[in-house]
Amino acid sequence: MEQKIAVKIDDLTVAYNYKPVLWDIDLEIPEGVLMAIVGPNGAGKSTLIKSILGILKPIAGSVSIYNKPYEKQRSLVAYVPQKGSVDWDFPTTALDVVMMGTYGSLGWIKRPKQKEKKAALEALEKVGMLAFKNRQISQLSGGQQQRIFLARALVQNASIYFMDEPFQGVDATTEIAIINILKELRKAGKTVIVVHHDLQTVPEYFDWVTFLNVKKIATGPVKDIFNDDNLTKTYGINYKVSIQE
Amino acid sequence: MEKRAVSYQIINCTNRKKLLAIDLTEYFSLVFTDYTLRTITLGTAILGAVTGMLGSFAVLRKQSLLGDAISHAALPGIAIAFLITGAKDSNVLLLGALVSGLIGTFWIRGIISKTHLKSDTALGLILSLFFGFGMLLLTFIQKQPNANQAGLDKYLFGQAATLVESDVWMMAMVTGLCLFVLLLFWKEFKILLFDADYTKTLGFNTKFIDILITTFIVLAIVLGLQTVGVVLMSAMLLAPAAAARQWTNSLGVMVFLAAIFGAFSGVFGTAISASQNNLSTGPVIVIVAGVFVLVSFIFSPSRGLLFKQIRFIKNRRDLQWHKTLAFMYNIAETHEDISHPHAIKILNNFQGFTKGTLQKLVRKNYVNLDGTMWSLTEEGFEIASNLYNQQSDNNE
Repeated sequence: MEQKIAVKIDDLTVAYNYKPVLWDIDLEIPEGVLMAIVGPNGAGKSTLIKSILGILKPIAGSVSIYNKPYEKQRSLVAYVPQKGSVDWDFPTTALDVVMMGTYGSLGWIKRPKQKEKKAALEALEKVGMLAFKNRQISQLSGGQQQRIFLARALVQNASIYFMDEPFQGVDATTEIAIINILKELRKAGKTVIVVHHDLQTVPEYFDWVTFLNVKKIATGPVKDIFNDDNLTKTYGINYKVSIQE
Repeated sequence: MEKRAVSYQIINCTNRKKLLAIDLTEYFSLVFTDYTLRTITLGTAILGAVTGMLGSFAVLRKQSLLGDAISHAALPGIAIAFLITGAKDSNVLLLGALVSGLIGTFWIRGIISKTHLKSDTALGLILSLFFGFGMLLLTFIQKQPNANQAGLDKYLFGQAATLVESDVWMMAMVTGLCLFVLLLFWKEFKILLFDADYTKTLGFNTKFIDILITTFIVLAIVLGLQTVGVVLMSAMLLAPAAAARQWTNSLGVMVFLAAIFGAFSGVFGTAISASQNNLSTGPVIVIVAGVFVLVSFIFSPSRGLLFKQIRFIKNRRDLQWHKTLAFMYNIAETHEDISHPHAIKILNNFQGFTKGTLQKLVRKNYVNLDGTMWSLTEEGFEIASNLYNQQSDNNE
């Protein structure tokens, strides 16, 4: 079956202080996959996502979304940053944060109206946080904050979702809730790309995987390439992971 | 200069002397009738409001020190403007301040993005370099045989009494413009403050929003130099915002409260400084703003130290009877009749309790005591079961 390419990355190179963080990455992500990006700390996983989204400026390379440059396709892309990247003591409510997901489609100056509020409430319900809509965000637990971030991305109603460690520091219940939502997104034909740390859960959660350690080590279906060989190449130690099934 | 001096004479010749001696109550009765006092009071009120408003953004962006750097960076601009024009027209001087304040600000941004220095280093560097250069120029000016130079040093600590009507108009106009831009780009400001990276991915030009905020912060600071002075201006940005944050969890309310606190600090500060032998206005306004901060830190219901302590003590006290009630609940749960009586001894064996806690529970009507037997009431059972729910909620 011929699959459409949702995200195509060519020769992406990023450096901090002359030290390459990402080196000559070529990557094609087919439409409709639920993909994990794995690699050791400092492998450039977050950097990869941030460079794709234009938050960081690469020194070389290009990113296209459905065959057009990313800048023209922003509305198709949603981003879930790391939970720790913002100050949760900011004076605002859960609903307000989720509403921010509608700002992109609203554009400059226009304020969110009833329609946007309704979309935000629906997203809150989807992540099981409707009861907390008026909570000040600092009074939410880590897992709840993560759900709020997820809801904010859901509101964008995008085709491609980039998520930076959505399972970091959340309890088992939240992890299951989040993965179920991600699987639902995939079922709806969306492409989901997740920076992931827990190698044990890769085969269970994802159908596609990219191994990254400054360079791209491998990319493809989990069942074909998630093996000791690639893990060893990526993590540099003799890795033995017992894959269930 | 000429015009200004004339207006001074007309306005101030009678009131100057009054200003030196009046006390506070007199001040407030005069505010409504006396032209000079009204001008000065209005000026500091507007200034306090606009700096409080913009200060909220600076504080939430963790750029508290930016204001300090900007105001210090403005000093050489004032001196250079004076050297070029040879006159002490406040508009020209403030224009100089604006230019050098902006140069300082963009140098700071440049240093942060182009070198690997951290922002506190960049701020400190620009602050001290510009201030040092400004002081150098001031001393140079003082050595000159130009009679006009007297009073330039007022810009160090501010002197509200030098405000005239045109200054106040200027402040009002900038404040109005600032308010308009704030309302227009409210959504963009809010999202940038909360999550700049995410804002970028939505397609907003974050650089533009950033420059817009920063420019207004610089404008507000420059406007305040005459009143509050270079050295303490940053407190006008920070103090009202820090105080306002204690009282609310909504950005809109915070900005509004900061404006109110700022305005009151300005008015009270000016009143005190004017009634006490024309003390430098800057320090007095800042101390008044500091009182707002102190009161807010202590008395705010949700974030204040006082109520936090009270809640802590109350929780600790409640914990005793919570513990006993929870234990009783565990026992009562196993019986069909929740009010089935049990011996007090059973509590003793497993769970510490005191006469006091039992009596407290009886008083609350959660438990009935009958000799050596206790039983839960319906209400007690209800409370105990909710106690559990709440605890599991809190632990999530």
